[in-house]
Amino acid sequence: MTNDLANKAAQAKDRLNEHTLKTVHWHFSDETGSPFWLGKKAELNFDPLKDVKSFDDLKKFPLFEDDWLRGGPVRRWVPKGHAGKPTYVFETGGTTGVPKSRVVIEDHWKDYELFSDTLPDKHFPKGSNWLMLGPSGPRRLRLAVEHLAQYRDGICFCIDLDPRWVVKLIKKGWMEHLEEYKKHCIDQAITVLTAGHDVKCMFTTPKLLESLNEGLEERGTSLQEIGITGIFSGGTEFTPQWTRFCVEEMLGGPASEGGVFMTPTYGNTLMGLACSKPITAADGYKIAYYAPQPRAVTEVVTFDDYNTPVGYGETGRVKLYTLTDEFFVPGFMERDEGEREEPFDMYPWDGVSGVRPFHELAGATTVGVY
Amino acid sequence: MITLSPLRWGKPYESLDFTNVVHFDTGEPIAKIGNVGGGIVGRDMRQAHKAREALLQLSTSDLIEKCKHAATLFESSDLKVGDSMQSVDQFVHQQSASTGLPEHMCRSNMMKNSFVLSHMDQILDCLTRGLDLSIFSRGYGEEGRGVIVSYQAQTPVLGAVLPNNSPGVHTLWLPAIPLQIGLALKPGSQEPWTPYRMVSAFIEAGVPAEAFGLYPGGHDSGGAIMTKTPRSMIFGSAQTVASHAGNPRVQAHGPGFSKILIGDDVVDDWENYLDIMVESVLSNSGRSCINCSGIWASRHTKEIAAAIAKRIGPVNVTPPSDPEAQLAAFTVKAMATGTYAMVQQDLAESGVTDMTAEFGEKLIERDHCAYLRPMVVHADSPDRGVAAKEYMFPFVSVVECPQSEMIRRIGPTLVGTVLTADQSLIDAAGSCVEIDRINIGPIPTNRLNWLQPHEGNLIDFLFRSRAYQTADLTVKPAVE
Repeated sequence: MTNDLANKAAQAKDRLNEHTLKTVHWHFSDETGSPFWLGKKAELNFDPLKDVKSFDDLKKFPLFEDDWLRGGPVRRWVPKGHAGKPTYVFETGGTTGVPKSRVVIEDHWKDYELFSDTLPDKHFPKGSNWLMLGPSGPRRLRLAVEHLAQYRDGICFCIDLDPRWVVKLIKKGWMEHLEEYKKHCIDQAITVLTAGHDVKCMFTTPKLLESLNEGLEERGTSLQEIGITGIFSGGTEFTPQWTRFCVEEMLGGPASEGGVFMTPTYGNTLMGLACSKPITAADGYKIAYYAPQPRAVTEVVTFDDYNTPVGYGETGRVKLYTLTDEFFVPGFMERDEGEREEPFDMYPWDGVSGVRPFHELAGATTVGVY
Repeated sequence: MITLSPLRWGKPYESLDFTNVVHFDTGEPIAKIGNVGGGIVGRDMRQAHKAREALLQLSTSDLIEKCKHAATLFESSDLKVGDSMQSVDQFVHQQSASTGLPEHMCRSNMMKNSFVLSHMDQILDCLTRGLDLSIFSRGYGEEGRGVIVSYQAQTPVLGAVLPNNSPGVHTLWLPAIPLQIGLALKPGSQEPWTPYRMVSAFIEAGVPAEAFGLYPGGHDSGGAIMTKTPRSMIFGSAQTVASHAGNPRVQAHGPGFSKILIGDDVVDDWENYLDIMVESVLSNSGRSCINCSGIWASRHTKEIAAAIAKRIGPVNVTPPSDPEAQLAAFTVKAMATGTYAMVQQDLAESGVTDMTAEFGEKLIERDHCAYLRPMVVHADSPDRGVAAKEYMFPFVSVVECPQSEMIRRIGPTLVGTVLTADQSLIDAAGSCVEIDRINIGPIPTNRLNWLQPHEGNLIDFLFRSRAYQTADLTVKPAVE
């Protein structure tokens, strides 16, 4: 690590420590905290207001259990400091049983405004229109992408996809129905893209991007020809192999040659959106994600001790922290594993690469459904 | 360590996503396979017509000769497989190491595949009932009765999602090449060896490389092959077969539920047929769909079961290199433990008796794999659940059933060996639509005559018979 990068990393760590302190005080103060965390405070064997002085002190908390998010009353999560504000609830899961619910006030907007700053204007021109081709319903994605488009002075067209139905189709083995449903979504997308709406940017998932590209080629056109210049993709697992296929074969090469910029992202309803280090063929299409610190942090921790980070380049389980004034997650074990990545100039804090389902859970996980 | 890369219409593709193939007993890596996703498969299938066009450049007789050459190469030469040269011994060792099959069974399956290739002219003669093969190239032709017949190819390529359990099934897709139909194959993750070596042999023998696509990967690549090729075959469980039932684009191969039926006229002499019963159950470690899973007779069933049990019950685990090894390992331990749990449920039913109980523990667990030793169970009626079961190890139910009820109650039967001279039983079995291949007389269920049409006739699957009428056209001479 160069001295300059080391300085940037140290400054980022200072900001994180300061932000942690502020966030903990917000969530555990009687005036501003949420009923949930104020209730939990009594169960802790330490006082968050006195004993948390840095980010590392968050390890004093027990792991965040996702079952806490299943079932109501959902209002117990709303910090008193935000009482009275319009509140959203977004869900994850829900194919079987009760989905996890997360209340949101403006976090989804802020996440995407920060993400907007990472998008190159050349390929995501301000003022151009967007297509959102992905899951909506109770998920935050549609509203977030729509806000992103609006924030960039565009208008967002939306196509709905219900991943819970997709998972059911897969589990039932109704592959013909699955194909028809996919076609149904792609047909709608192509209708929008070819209707003269000047759509230049889009969000979609890797699988839907494949299908969209195929649908366009069957009609004798392509993503480039219909005017797409920037794609922000996410929602399911990315692999270097898929990214290589996407860049080299679907998009006709890197943005400088093919004209279309594609950026992979990693995110979820709890944390928000992590950006990818720019992908290159020279780097083997390696995909490394960096959380939007200090609002969220990802760590890669050892499989046998979730409080100990692995060394750089080593494999571990992904642990995330959410540190916003709307939602506090002091360490949640993701259903993913990956390798710990070094800070770099654009994101001077740790990242994670090679993200894939955690090996002990992989068999029970349905991935890549949309 | 050998690296197997995907092949995209003859061109190797360097994937960035690898699956390790490990030795079933030691866990040592023996190969890595580069995977592709469904997107690449879908993209390549848009060019599938080029595979057939390349094959159509050669005549069917040329291709048949090349198949014969490929047979020799496949069974006896060093061949480029992945990034390495592979000898026959290495092939056998690698296949055994990843599938758990004893090495001598790998050799035997290799010979089975080679036999089909080397007898391709006769195989096609039987599959087509003697038609002039140029009719399939041209699409129509004179059959010999003064009538034009037409066979229209329904696909430029045959897709196949290949299995891991028994390398003998690869015989089913081999005739596609001389029929000038390309191949898009998803090799099994534990048995990539046969498709890779076979494709290498074909190419070395002069078959155009553009005719072959090899797409290792997960469900995504297999699913894309199934949805993007107009004709594909898949190998899987009864559930897989059921999920494709009635789909004319898919030929699904699943459990065979092959059986031996013993007529009342010969059942008192059952000992004469003990050898064929034992071979039918035990060969290839009971893994094939043509292994016998049910023996039906009206009497002496306990004695028959006891006699088979006495022969196969003592069979034990030996190293895969042992030329006498009879048992294949379950390379995924949970499959063995799960199967054994299902057998335990079968045995809990009243009227079902484990005739191999006295021969010791059946489930043998090792660090990285597990074995199931042979089992023979007796069912006192076809009503018992076990009468309709098939498992992937030497396992047979000997079912007591009146002869008058047998044909009505046997259920789906890939290979039916009928031991009888009773013409009424022969006629009934011959007209029973539940039986696919039928053997009248003492022929073990596992002994296929490849010069007979086999299950899911490939001609019926790949081509459509249709009307084609021609009349002379009066053409004006060209203006000079």
